[in-house]
Amino acid sequence: MIKRLTLILLLLGIGTLFAGLVMTYVPDEALNLTASYYAERTAEDLGAANIVTAIIVTYRGLDTLGEVTVLFLTAAIVGLVLSQTRGQTRGRSQTAEQDQTSLSNEDGSTPTPFNQDQASPTPATASRQLPPTGELLTTGTRLLLPLILLFGAYVFIHGHLTPGGGFQGGAILASAMLLLLLSDPARRFGHRMIAIIESIAGLAFVGIGIVGILLAGGFLDNRILPIGNFGELFSAGAIPIIYTFVGLKVGAEFSSMLVSLSETEEL
Amino acid sequence: MTLTIVLGLLLSLAMVILAVMATRGRRSLGISILSAGLVSLLASVMFLLLAAPDVAMTEAAIGSGLTTFLFFFVLGRVRRGEHD
Repeated sequence: MIKRLTLILLLLGIGTLFAGLVMTYVPDEALNLTASYYAERTAEDLGAANIVTAIIVTYRGLDTLGEVTVLFLTAAIVGLVLSQTRGQTRGRSQTAEQDQTSLSNEDGSTPTPFNQDQASPTPATASRQLPPTGELLTTGTRLLLPLILLFGAYVFIHGHLTPGGGFQGGAILASAMLLLLLSDPARRFGHRMIAIIESIAGLAFVGIGIVGILLAGGFLDNRILPIGNFGELFSAGAIPIIYTFVGLKVGAEFSSMLVSLSETEEL
Repeated sequence: MTLTIVLGLLLSLAMVILAVMATRGRRSLGISILSAGLVSLLASVMFLLLAAPDVAMTEAAIGSGLTTFLFFFVLGRVRRGEHD
């Protein structure tokens, strides 16, 4: 009863809160100071047609570096946790036997050695027969994979011209990996390759930022390269290059998470 | 303008219904996961209506694509673990 009452009170409180927000909402007639600065000066200063990208990569470039770092930490932690469980399951038969040994020896007698003879690792259950993936999925993957990869690359290279950018393009690249994993769950990818792509992309991102301090106005300034003609692919200074590296990095991070997850199959 | 508002209201109604289905659905976990993914998909349409295509792309790719897959993946793992 009290539980239900608190629930109703909580709902009422949240309701009044949101009602107050909605009632006092007045749409802005004009852009505020910061927004109007960005809207007016982006094309002139940075040469990027997509103002959102200009803000993300250049004006607030340090925040983007932070976001990429958070994503990297997430991928690293997922890899760490999953690799630990992988190691545990690999030695599971052994540890289970040892647990039994220690349980049976709680009365203080010395561990009997014959249990360890039985604890030889059983043949891996990894060779469990998975049901075959359908013809439709296999053929569709073959057809769609290059197109999806191309679209991902398009999205992050054209980040300064059209909506989208490194994060979106990276997620699209990772979805191509996902399709590959779906069509063939037993496929293994080289962690080394993914790690190399990720590290190079991250280093290049920070490197371009530092070059910005030396050659242009500050960290991650995009004007280390000529601004070029407004609206062309090779314009807006370093923004396409930075976003390409961000896209590769994000794609590699998501892919590494997916690959680590799919490798927990050996349960 | 009115069309956008009506569409937005319909979308939010559908999102609320799907969210309730996702959280209170008793039938199966699969349906709950699918409705959660649909909430994300409709949210990305909503972002598009609100003139935020960048956010819409992220939401569609990560929110409704990768997350839904991840949930199904883990669900499959848990189920397989149950039968072992």
